[in-house]
Amino acid sequence: MMPTLDDDPFDDAILTDPYEFQTRLREAGPVVHLPKLGVYAMGRYDEVRAALTDWESFVSSRGVGLSDFAKKKPWRPPSLLLENDPPSHTGFRAVMNDVISPRTMRTLRAQFAKDADELAEELVRRRRFDAVTDLAEVYPLKVFPDAVGLRPDGRENLLPYGALAFNAFGPDNAHARRAFAAAEPVLEWIAESCRREALSGTGFGASIWAAADRGEITPEQAPVLVRSLLTAGVDTTVYGIGNTMYAIGTHADQWADLRDNPGRAKFAFDEALRFESPVQTFFRTAPADVEIAGTIVPAGSKVLLFLGSANRDWRRWGEDAGTFRIDRDAGGHVAFGMGVHQCVGQPVARLEAEMVLSALARRVARVELDGDPVPKLNNSLKGWASIPVRVTPA
Amino acid sequence: MSCSSKETHTVVVELDLVVHRRRVVAEGVVELTLRRQDGAALPSWEAGAHIDLVLGPDLVRQYSLCGDPADRCSWRIAVLREHGSRGGSAAVHGELAEGSQVGVRGPRNHFRFEPSRRYVLIAGGIGITPIMAMAAAADDRGADWSLTYGGRTRASMAYASDLRDRYGARVDLRPQDEFGLLDLDSLLGEPAGDTLVYCCGPEPLLEAVEKRCAGWPRGALHVERFSPKEFDAQASDHPFEVVLARSGRTVMVSSGQSILSAVREAGVQVLSSCEEGTCGTCETTVLAGEVDHRDSLLSEEERAAGETMMVCVSRAACAKLTLDL
Ligand code: FES
Repeated sequence: MMPTLDDDPFDDAILTDPYEFQTRLREAGPVVHLPKLGVYAMGRYDEVRAALTDWESFVSSRGVGLSDFAKKKPWRPPSLLLENDPPSHTGFRAVMNDVISPRTMRTLRAQFAKDADELAEELVRRRRFDAVTDLAEVYPLKVFPDAVGLRPDGRENLLPYGALAFNAFGPDNAHARRAFAAAEPVLEWIAESCRREALSGTGFGASIWAAADRGEITPEQAPVLVRSLLTAGVDTTVYGIGNTMYAIGTHADQWADLRDNPGRAKFAFDEALRFESPVQTFFRTAPADVEIAGTIVPAGSKVLLFLGSANRDWRRWGEDAGTFRIDRDAGGHVAFGMGVHQCVGQPVARLEAEMVLSALARRVARVELDGDPVPKLNNSLKGWASIPVRVTPA
Repeated sequence: MSCSSKETHTVVVELDLVVHRRRVVAEGVVELTLRRQDGAALPSWEAGAHIDLVLGPDLVRQYSLCGDPADRCSWRIAVLREHGSRGGSAAVHGELAEGSQVGVRGPRNHFRFEPSRRYVLIAGGIGITPIMAMAAAADDRGADWSLTYGGRTRASMAYASDLRDRYGARVDLRPQDEFGLLDLDSLLGEPAGDTLVYCCGPEPLLEAVEKRCAGWPRGALHVERFSPKEFDAQASDHPFEVVLARSGRTVMVSSGQSILSAVREAGVQVLSSCEEGTCGTCETTVLAGEVDHRDSLLSEEERAAGETMMVCVSRAACAKLTLDL
């Protein structure tokens, strides 16, 4: 018999602190039925990773949220990347791999470093600041839209758009409804910003349109790919940087390590992604009966993959899986997914975090919480609305 | 073919299959027929699919299914004996006798046979295995198709006469010692509408076909790089030394081990994610030495420049590499 858990993982208590539930989920079994949502769930590392890489048994084209595109029309035209499967997915992914390649990343480094230094300079001068609203929301919202080539006005729409897209993966609850209620002007601005004319002549956006000029994608597909950057590229890094600051702010010894070795900023970020994964969950759909560790998940089922839980599974990470330790080898965590759908913007997120954290590490001797952090609830994302901190300059 | 069982895709769990039959189908090529111990049905598959044979703890190899998808009780693969192989093909040839058990994962399909009215199929050597299943599928669909099949010599070409017997003039057999290289110009010279090209074989053949198809409509050409990584890996999987300039250490990378794991074993932290050369996370600056690049990210120029490498999959093409780690 398949184990059953009576929880709704999208209720506010679990969204606020998912870890107790995730422990029960992992220990209940490799695959668990959640009758409240009518879905199956996996929380152990091996099974989550296997399901992420097995795009044939766990398809994305029927949506990576609770809603099954085979039964219900999606709220927006499906993403050509996230909500697609090979073979159709392959060509679009190839275009994006070209847009965000090791080469393009090299060209961004200097500018990202400069912006990070300026921001860190200013924050250290202030001594007290909010690690979310003054840092995690500021830096990515500067460098990323610049790298895409977005026009300067209206960028305040990016955060609500990301919040909307990630809330929409969950059930039709208060979070999703609130996000949709405010959506219209945001969606209009997003659609407008993906047009060729709205984008600067250089940047990720222009490279996507160049692929359309070469005939690799159609002119109708180009804005949909640009849209993917705007959906997936902002909130995720905002949460990621915020979560790293939270982890570090609550582990004083870990900042000391980073201050002595600012070069380890990239490891701190990687470990923070494992420890408190910005994207906690994604759904897949099983097009046919699928056998998982001896039990059958029936054809047509939605399967909820807990990335955040896999990243804390003691079976993979050892007894101290719940501890933030930047000397840990966090390689192989699934915070960016795994397999053909692994986050195409991964190098951008890593570069942003590395630049901004090392800029702080070079200037700051100590980071302490300066008030109670306020969680920010979202159906798919885990993170903070506010983390007041106080820093001591080096 | 009567075997009853509910149709499932199997993931995570490995199937334990038995070598039901083993026979030599060409010079250096053995065919294995795999079944479940109890004869129950296997997961379904379509032309182009492959399975993973788990031949050892670190030895997993992919082979295309080349039998009949309608036969739900058995899978057929054909494996070429690679000279100098210490890996997959040696294990298959040396160890898998009739009655042996072998762990199998899959099937997966990264080489889907899409619907079309016309197909040009091209196979080189052991690359015939997925193409053979495609020929059968094309024929079933009533499509207009042709197969051009090259190989070193007639005796080395698995299933050559079967194919000819079954499909007659649709199949053009072109052993190299009789006909020279395949005449791709006349085969692919003119882009044809409504036609898909499928090719599997050694790297030079794939490259030549890709070049000829440059003027074809986008999406017309489908190729499968038939385990080039495996073959090259076998050839040059020699042990080497890595000097970690920043940590002031030297580590040995044994054959079959990645630089990433050797460096980690030495207690030096390295960032990684996909560990298959597709994400770029482990990119490392090369200070000295020649690199054998095996990632899917760097451009030709970057490979040639050799200033950077993905340490999760790429290796040394020399005895000693110096890295900025
Ligand atoms: S870890 Fe992804 S390329 Fe090496």
